[in-house]
Amino acid sequence: MKRFFGFVKKEFLHIFRDYRTMIILFGIPAAQILLFGFVVSMDLKNARVAFLDLSRDEVTQKISDKLTSSGFFKRGETLLSYKDIDKVLRGNKTKAVIIFEKDFGRNLIRNGRATVSIIADGSEPNMATLTTNYISAIISDYNRELAGSSAGSILVQPEVRMFYNPALKGQYMFVPGVITLIMILICALMTSITITREKELGTMEALLVSPLKPVQIILGKVLPYFILSFIDLIVILVLSWLVFELPVKGSLALLLAESMLYILMSLSIGILISTVSKTMQQAIFISLVGMMLPTVLLSGFIFPIENMPEVYGWISALLPPRYFVVIIKNIMVKGTGFLYVWKETAILVAFTLAAIGLSIRNFKIRLQ
Amino acid sequence: MTNNKVITVRNLVKKFGNFTANDNLSFEVYEGEIFGFLGANGAGKTTAIRILSGLSGPTSGEVVVAGFNAKKQPEQIKKNIGYMCQKFSLYEDLTVKENIMLYGGIYGMRKKLIRERTDTLLAKLNFEEYGDRLISDLPLGLKQKLAFSVAVLHEPKIVFLDEPTGGVDPITRRQFWEMIYETAARGITVFVTTHYMDEAEYCDRISIMNEGRIVALDTPAELKRQYAADSVEEVFIKIARPANN
Repeated sequence: MKRFFGFVKKEFLHIFRDYRTMIILFGIPAAQILLFGFVVSMDLKNARVAFLDLSRDEVTQKISDKLTSSGFFKRGETLLSYKDIDKVLRGNKTKAVIIFEKDFGRNLIRNGRATVSIIADGSEPNMATLTTNYISAIISDYNRELAGSSAGSILVQPEVRMFYNPALKGQYMFVPGVITLIMILICALMTSITITREKELGTMEALLVSPLKPVQIILGKVLPYFILSFIDLIVILVLSWLVFELPVKGSLALLLAESMLYILMSLSIGILISTVSKTMQQAIFISLVGMMLPTVLLSGFIFPIENMPEVYGWISALLPPRYFVVIIKNIMVKGTGFLYVWKETAILVAFTLAAIGLSIRNFKIRLQ
Repeated sequence: MTNNKVITVRNLVKKFGNFTANDNLSFEVYEGEIFGFLGANGAGKTTAIRILSGLSGPTSGEVVVAGFNAKKQPEQIKKNIGYMCQKFSLYEDLTVKENIMLYGGIYGMRKKLIRERTDTLLAKLNFEEYGDRLISDLPLGLKQKLAFSVAVLHEPKIVFLDEPTGGVDPITRRQFWEMIYETAARGITVFVTTHYMDEAEYCDRISIMNEGRIVALDTPAELKRQYAADSVEEVFIKIARPANN
């Protein structure tokens, strides 16, 4: 045991003395959380809209005020003719133009019908969809107010509530995703690098001919990363709680236990990668292209799996992070218990065992 | 050098599939001996060293190292040998003392003993001021001497050196061999592979391998007499490339 702890200490020294490792371990996770949380926010906030009001009456004034006081939009240019629309949208600052037809208010009162056009900048599809949806929603809200005041007309009035995330905060989606990504990045990438580095330096030979058992060598290399990843996880959770007011709704103990399982699985994958790669470059390549990219694209953390072509869905089923995204979202956002995530947990256990089994097999072949 | 055998190899065969890396090797190595292992690349030297050091098992034959059977007790062998390979076994980002402490600890030495030996070692190498320097700051020659000292820190019965002097200047090589002599004089057997034929002259006995077999094994002087050669290099060329003659 004493031999083992001396060895673990050495691994910590490697980590603390290499500033690049320290940045990957602690800089990147914090930066990712803040980046994803603030910059890649999918929420609409103070989007600039321009108005082309050909009617200029009380009703159009009311609707415009309602839009700009909602917090989602702020008032941009006031246009005078259709010619200006293109110019304004090309300026990139204004996301949409709202056009009230001539005699808007009069038509509404006399005919009970008036037209408002929304022109959005389609070169940013997500933003455009979001903007038009929000504008339509606010206008139909105004519709309902009108309908409510004029007795007699009956309208079906949907009342929408968002469960689990009432304010539709984008961070609810990104924080669990970033945790999933960071853990697999640190664990798989860093362990595969640290093990292949010893192979490249020739120190692995020296360790193998020493009285240390192969299992002790691997555990000794991996244990520091296990501990540091766990600290990372806690840092991320605290950050997302303090900065984004995103609490863990479910059991914190369950979340930590599931995360430990996920970390363990990622470490096993890292070990597996190191048994098949001869150089550090190879290990980095496999970890980044084989694990990171698919995790970002196919784990369902940014793009919903349901919307993917079927084939991608199958590929996604082979990616362990996909299951952890489900687990962590359930526990963090919905506050569900183990009963709702036991299947995903079982799959993660299976992945872990498979990775460990394959690594042992590869290792034995190499030693022969 | 005594008559106690520390390595006994009888009819060692190692096969990888259809390829025979070691073909029926038999030899003995004595306590305190400097035993040279020569051969072209791919002759089977590394395979043999890996078996002798307990890293891989023989396909057949009997291998006894430091009194332990290589097939059944590789873990016991590992405790009783030292090893230094052609690439460095020291960690560049650790200090001299940290490296010594690490390897001493891996071999189960007590901290107090490691500290004592570290002090003697650093004093002997005139290294005192380097104790807290990172290995990456040391010149190549110093690193190599240090790596060797670390490999014998736990006073093993045998130390295996796999091409230890690659890329080192002649003066350092000479100093390195002085360290090897000193170690052998303490009773530690030195098992060394090398590319340098002049180094082979320094060995007590040498064995020359070719295509998995030992084709010659004797003292350098006797081999030179047998093959009517002026140097081991000539012997080697005559044996390893008979087709060219």
